[in-house]
Amino acid sequence: MTVPLLKVDNLAVEFGPKANPIRVVDGVSFEIPPAGAVGIVGESGSGKSITSLSILRLISEPPGRIVQGRIEFNGVNLLDLPRSEMPDIRGRDIAMIFQEPMSSLNPVMTIGDQIGEAIKLHEDMPGEKRRERVIEMLRLVGIPDPAGRLDSYPHQFSGGMRQRVMIAMALVCNPKLLIADEPTTALDVTIQAQVLDLMHKLRRTLNTAVLLISHDLGVIADVCERVVVMYAGRVVEEADIRSIFRNPQHPYTRGLLQSIPKLDDDRDRLYQIPGSVPLAGSVKKGCPFYQRCSLRIDKCAQEMPPMFSFGPDQRAACWVTAGQADAKAKEVAL
Amino acid sequence: MRDLGGGKTMARYLLLRLADAVPTILLVLTLVFIAMRILPGDPAIAALGDMATPEQLELFREKMGLNAPLWLQYINFVWGMLTLDFGRSLMNNQSVLALIAYNLPYTIELTIVAMILGVGFGIPLGVLAATHRNKAADNAVRGFSLLGYAVPDFYLGALLLITFSLNLGWFPINGGGEGFFDRMHHVFLPAVTLALVKAAFIGRLTRTSLLEVFGKDYIRTARAKGAREPRVIYRHGLRNALLPLTTGIGLSTLATLSGSVAIELVFNRPGIGKLLISAISERDYAVIQGGVVIFSLFVVLINLLMDLVYIVVDPRIRVQ
Amino acid sequence: MTVATEHSQLPAPSLAPEPKALSRLAYALFSRPSTIFALAVVLIFVTVAVFAPFLAPYDPLAQSILKINRLPSAANWLGTDQFGRDVLSRMIYGSRNSLIFGLVSPVLAAICGTILGVVAGYFGGVVDRIISRVVDLLLAFPELLLAIMIAAVLGGGFWNVIAVITVAFVPGFARVARASTLAVKQEPYIEAAIAVGVRTPVIIFRHVIPNIAAPIVVLMTLWVASAIRLEASLSFLGIGTQPPNPSWGNIIRDGLNNLFGSPWPIIGAGFAITCVVLSFNLLGDVVRDVLDPEISE
Repeated sequence: MTVPLLKVDNLAVEFGPKANPIRVVDGVSFEIPPAGAVGIVGESGSGKSITSLSILRLISEPPGRIVQGRIEFNGVNLLDLPRSEMPDIRGRDIAMIFQEPMSSLNPVMTIGDQIGEAIKLHEDMPGEKRRERVIEMLRLVGIPDPAGRLDSYPHQFSGGMRQRVMIAMALVCNPKLLIADEPTTALDVTIQAQVLDLMHKLRRTLNTAVLLISHDLGVIADVCERVVVMYAGRVVEEADIRSIFRNPQHPYTRGLLQSIPKLDDDRDRLYQIPGSVPLAGSVKKGCPFYQRCSLRIDKCAQEMPPMFSFGPDQRAACWVTAGQADAKAKEVAL
Repeated sequence: MRDLGGGKTMARYLLLRLADAVPTILLVLTLVFIAMRILPGDPAIAALGDMATPEQLELFREKMGLNAPLWLQYINFVWGMLTLDFGRSLMNNQSVLALIAYNLPYTIELTIVAMILGVGFGIPLGVLAATHRNKAADNAVRGFSLLGYAVPDFYLGALLLITFSLNLGWFPINGGGEGFFDRMHHVFLPAVTLALVKAAFIGRLTRTSLLEVFGKDYIRTARAKGAREPRVIYRHGLRNALLPLTTGIGLSTLATLSGSVAIELVFNRPGIGKLLISAISERDYAVIQGGVVIFSLFVVLINLLMDLVYIVVDPRIRVQ
Repeated sequence: MTVATEHSQLPAPSLAPEPKALSRLAYALFSRPSTIFALAVVLIFVTVAVFAPFLAPYDPLAQSILKINRLPSAANWLGTDQFGRDVLSRMIYGSRNSLIFGLVSPVLAAICGTILGVVAGYFGGVVDRIISRVVDLLLAFPELLLAIMIAAVLGGGFWNVIAVITVAFVPGFARVARASTLAVKQEPYIEAAIAVGVRTPVIIFRHVIPNIAAPIVVLMTLWVASAIRLEASLSFLGIGTQPPNPSWGNIIRDGLNNLFGSPWPIIGAGFAITCVVLSFNLLGDVVRDVLDPEISE
C-alpha cells in the first residue's frame, strides 16, 4: 500500500465558548493517495466544509478550534506546525477553491495580479516570466484571449469564468493537493458540467490530488474515485465510488442515493429522507442518524456504532447492516 | 481593449459629474441669497442693527446695491460671486477677495496638515482595533474614539495651548508664521488638536469597515493562497476598506474645515474662519457674504473630489 | 456551505413589539457599567440645571473687582474669572442653556424634518424633487458649518440659536423620514387604505407617521449630544448664547480671552461639556441598538 498524500486522523473541531462547546466535526478520518481524488458528501451542517477548512487551518479562531486529531501531509502533522509556517503550505502544497466564485475574488485587484500574487508568494520568479505563467494558466483553464484579460477585474467575468480564474489561481504553483469546496454549487448546470470537466482534465494533466466537497453525489462521482459520507460531523461511510453506488451499507448513504433523480425515473416524487439534520453537537449518545433511520434498533440509541469493514474498500458505521453482513464485517479500530 | 472602453466611459462619467456641480453651485448661491437678502426682511437693519441711523442704513443699501429690484439683485449677486467679485469690506474698504486670498492659504494649510495627521494616526488605530477585536487594544481604541466624539475641539485646543505654548513654551501662542518651517511650527498644535478628533472618527470607521471586509470570502481566498497576515490585512483588507473610508475621509475633511473656525480663534491664527467670525462681530456684511460663499464652494468642491477619488479607488465604477 | 451557515441554526433574535422594546431598553441601560455611568451623569446634569438657583453659591452675573482671577479656593471652588464672577456658579447656570438647547432643538428639528420628509416621500413629484435636492445639498454641509453660516446671517441670541441648531438638523431628519415613508408607502395596508378611500391626512397621521417613528426617535436621541456640542461651539465663537448670560461655550471663550488669568474656567466648563456629551452619546447608542437594530453597527 502506498503512503497517503494526506491522512486525516480522528479530527474534531469545536465552535463556541470553551465552557459549552459545540462539536461540529467529531472523529473524522480519511486518506487521499498521491494524485488520487476523494470526495466528501453530506448535507449542509454535516461538517464537511469545516473539515476541509481544517486541513489548511483556515478556521477562524475564535469561535472555532481544532481540539483533537492529526492532519498528516506527506507524513508531517500540519497541526504540529507553528502557525507562521502554514502560509508556506497554503497555495504551494495544498490549494483551495471555494463555493462562491462571485465573492471569492478580490474586487479591487485585476485577475492577473491575483493569480500573479499566488506565484509571488511562493516562487522567486521575475515579473515577465510570471506574467507568461499567468497567461499560460488562464489558457489552460479555458479563458479566451488570456493575455487581453489579464488586466480585467473580477466583476467583468461571469460566474463560470470566475471559477475558472479561481482554479487557475489555485493550480498556478502546481500544488500536490487541490481542495475544492462545493466548486460548482453556485453555477448554472451547463457551466457546472464544464467546470467539472475542466477539473477532471487538469487532474490528469497536472497530476494533482483532489479533495472535492459537495452535497451532490453525482458531482463527486464525476471526478473522484473514493467517497467519504459525512453526517452530523461524523464519517458514516467510506468507500470507492463503485461500491457506494452498487452496494451502499449505511442507511443514510442509501437515502442519499435514492434522492438522486434518474433519467428512467417513473416515481411521482423524489425520495426524501424524513426529518432533518440534527443541530450540530446535539446528539450526545448513540448514532446521530437514529432519529431518521428506517433500520434502527434499540442499540443504535445507546451506542455510537464504530466503523465496520465491508470488504477491502468499504467501511460504514451501522450496527444493523454490519450485523446483516455478519461474517464479512469486522470492526475497524479508530 | 479595456483602457479604450474604460477610458471613454470614465471620461463621460467625469464630465457628467462636473456638469452636475454647476446647478449645485447655482443652488448654493440661491440659498445664500435667500438667507442673506430675503429672510431677514430688511438686510440693512439685520446687518447694521436696530441702533443704526437712517443715513447709515441708506448708505449701506447704496453700497450693497439693495435698492435695486430683487431679481436684479439676484442676478448681480450670482454674477458677482461667479466672477469672484465679493465687493469691499464695510470696515476698512479692503477688497473682500484680497482678504480671502490672504486668509485662505492658512485655512487650507491647517486642514491639510490636520487631515494628514488625523488619517495617518486614525487608520493604524483602526487596524490595531480590528486585528485585536475585543482585546485590550480594541477597548483602548474604543475609549479613545468615545472621548474623541465627545470632547469639543476648541476645548482640546485650549488645553494644548495652555500646556504646550503657555506653560512649556514649545509652540508659539498665536499667529500664522512666515516661511515654511515657521509656518509648520505655528500650524502644529492647531493641526494636532483637529487631528486627534479626526483620528477618533477615522479609527472607528476603519475598524468597522475592516471587520466587515475581514468577513468576506476573498480574504479567505487570500489566506488560502498563502498570503501572510500583514499582506492579508493591508493588501486585501485595507485596500477594500478604502471604499467606505473614502466617504468617511471626505466627510472628515469637511468637518475639519468647520472645526478650523473655532481652532483659528483658539490659536489666534489667520484664516477664513477667523475672518468670518470677526466679520460677524463687526457686522461686516460684505465679508460675511464672501466667507459664507467661500465655505459653500469648498463643500461642493470637496464633495466633487470625493467622487473623483471614488473612481480611482473602486474599479467597479472606473471600468464599465 | 460556509462557517456562517453552519451557525445560522442558532435562534435568531425576534423583533419584539413596542412594550417589550421598552423593557429591553431598560435592561440594556442598566446592565452595563458604562451606561449606568452615563445615566448618572445625565441625572446630575438635569438636576443641576433644574435647581440651578438653589445650588449655585453665588449670582453668576455678580461682578466684583476685589476678587478677579482667583484660583480655586474654599470660597470659590473653581475660582473666579476676569470680572470676579464665580466660575462654578456660572457653570451651574450654564447647564440650563445646554439642557434647553440639547432637548428643544432635536425635537423641533424632528418635527420640521418629518413633515418635509413625509410630504416629499408621500406625494412625490416636483415637490419631492425640490425638497430632495435642497436636503441633499444641505446634507453635504457639516452641521457645525451650516450652523455657523446661518448664525453668521442671523446673529446670536436665544431664539436665533434655537433656529440655527434646528435648521442644521432638519435635513438629516427629512432624509430619514422620506426614505421611511417611501418604504411604508409600499406596504399593502397603505395601498388598501387608499383603495377604500381613506382620506390622505388620516393615512399620513394614522398609518405613515407611527410606522416611521422608530428611526426618527433614534435620530433624535443621537442628536441630543450633537445639539449640546453645537450650542457650546456657537457660544464659544460668540454667535450663540450672548454674554453676560453664562453658557459652557462662552465660559471657555472668556477663559481664552484671559489666558494669563486662571485656566480653571476652561478646564471646568470643557470637562462638563465632554462628560455630558459622552453620556448622551452612550445612551443614544443604546437606544439605537435596541429600537433600530438595522442601522446599528
